[in-house]
Amino acid sequence: MKFTLPRPLTLLTLALLAAPAAAQNEDLGEPVGEGGAVETVFEETASEEGGLTGSVTDESDWDDLGIAIPAFATERDRQTAANADGTAALGQEIARVITANLRNNGIFKPTGPDALPKPSFPQIRAPSWGSWSGRGAEMLVHGFVNAGADGQLTVGCYLYDVALQDELERKGWVVRPADWRRAAHKCSDLIYARLTGESPFFDSRIAYIAETGPKDNRVKRLAIMDSDGANHRFLTLGSATALTPRYSPDYKQLLYLSYVDGNPRIYVYDIGTGKQTLVADTGNPTFAPRWSPDGRSILYSMAVGGNTDVYRVPANGGRSVRLTNTPGIDIGGSYSPDGRQIVFESDRSGSQQCYVMDADGSNQRRITFFGGRCATPEWSPRGDQIAFTRIAGDFNIAVMTPAGRNLRVLTNGWQDEAPTWAPNGRIIQFFRTARNSGRSGLHQVDLTGRNERRLRTPVDASDPAWGPIRD
Amino acid sequence: MTIPTNDTTGRSSSKIAAIALLSSASVLAACAKEAPEDLPPTPAATVAPATTSTAPTASVAGPGTQAHFESTIGASNTVVYFDTDRFNIDSQDATVLQTQAQYLGQYSQVRITIEGHADERGTREYNLALGERRANSAKNYLVSLGIPASRITTVSFGKERPIALGSNESAWAQNRRAASIVIN
Repeated sequence: MKFTLPRPLTLLTLALLAAPAAAQNEDLGEPVGEGGAVETVFEETASEEGGLTGSVTDESDWDDLGIAIPAFATERDRQTAANADGTAALGQEIARVITANLRNNGIFKPTGPDALPKPSFPQIRAPSWGSWSGRGAEMLVHGFVNAGADGQLTVGCYLYDVALQDELERKGWVVRPADWRRAAHKCSDLIYARLTGESPFFDSRIAYIAETGPKDNRVKRLAIMDSDGANHRFLTLGSATALTPRYSPDYKQLLYLSYVDGNPRIYVYDIGTGKQTLVADTGNPTFAPRWSPDGRSILYSMAVGGNTDVYRVPANGGRSVRLTNTPGIDIGGSYSPDGRQIVFESDRSGSQQCYVMDADGSNQRRITFFGGRCATPEWSPRGDQIAFTRIAGDFNIAVMTPAGRNLRVLTNGWQDEAPTWAPNGRIIQFFRTARNSGRSGLHQVDLTGRNERRLRTPVDASDPAWGPIRD
Repeated sequence: MTIPTNDTTGRSSSKIAAIALLSSASVLAACAKEAPEDLPPTPAATVAPATTSTAPTASVAGPGTQAHFESTIGASNTVVYFDTDRFNIDSQDATVLQTQAQYLGQYSQVRITIEGHADERGTREYNLALGERRANSAKNYLVSLGIPASRITTVSFGKERPIALGSNESAWAQNRRAASIVIN
């Protein structure tokens, strides 16, 4: 292997130039350059015998599954645009990101690099078993990060079972320096998926509304971030109130509501170019934008003469189709993963309740008959659950089956609103508003309701929308 | 366009018309609806919603300004209030809207926008739709009194722009409202 001085700044400059500067109105900030590809460079699963899948997916508590995550090693400490102190320091950061990811979901008890010895580069593939078993670690994560001649980073990730002294999983990725966190998330996903048997979710992004200012004059800005809150960006400047964003399945666009012309209207915002377009130019207020799972259709709700109904329009323009037609408020809508059904809310019965219809608007039927009201239903990416805001005095996040059975209330805040699913359907994010002050923040809860945590954001936050797992 | 309610608007319009004929300053004053009694007085400074971009000044408070509108009919008569999750025009609301209709009848060049609002006890998207419904209820009532629909626009702010900041019944009662704003 031949080493030359990396030129990370050149790559960075190119990335910025690749994003044309276009702002359609004064409220839009600078467009955000699209992330680079993450190329998988090696993938090899060790022998299946002795794997831990069986022992960690039973119903017993997993809380004591100790995982040691020491710093990722580097073959040679080199400059990198990803870290001012070089690739060795970057290896420490990658292990910290993985530790934080695994700590926050209640399944694992990870120990991070700041409390552990640093393995050498050769030890990544030949762990020093005795020193790890002596620390009580059941699982061991090793990895390396190398900077190539072109500045690209190669990140390797290994999962070992300490007791069996066996490799369970390994994978590697080549990323731009700016995307080093994605490699850490991919490694987290590898570990999570292997040890739980669930689908991955860490390498995903969240769109939400950043809130500042007094309760009667909140400034609400469109913002995006990684699933762990990193790589945070404000997309609008705040002169126009922004609400209810939704990431497109390919992460290239956002649907959201803006008062940029003084009225509530939904727009498609193109993240790469910073351009936005009105979704339904009818002169009527439009709310509650949603994507279909394939990104080809948009659901929106439109009020005509005070009567709100749900409509569908092709994402690339065209004729709208009205899906509901009852007096009152029919609003929202969330597709089943197969795109064949839509759950939405309606007050046609006299109060907000959840209904399911076929994707063409036929066969509308109410599914919620328990006490309280059902609002903001969101179909799980796994298809087996619907999360919603249950209004029974307070607002709480709850789940039920698509048939409206097995109601389970997961949170108990004063106002917990607007659930959005992690890509794997195991965690629900929502926003919690405080009584009187109106202060708001993002929280996550797992399907057991036992593990709840706050996701820190630079300012107050609401209306989270979790996007899918990234390729 | 359909009127979103089949109760109050149609049924009460004849009675309302009769009341409107009695219009005089004294009757208006007697009928003027205040916000519910248990509410603290609304500060005059906050009656004009923050969304009016061109706040009229006292020196130009002639017809066609919000200041003239408020001083003529009384600031409290520029707003109607709603019960929880309701959007119907009750008798108090009808009285308030009659004063607005008289003003709009007298100053036929004046156009208004009605801002519909909801309290914080509803989800965001539903409240946007509910605010629009309330604004339309007020609009439809004014139209039933003979004001051309073309002179009235509506906009909903859902729960985004509360007047009263507390999380209690009296604050919520003040926030469930439709406020008429003169378009300059």
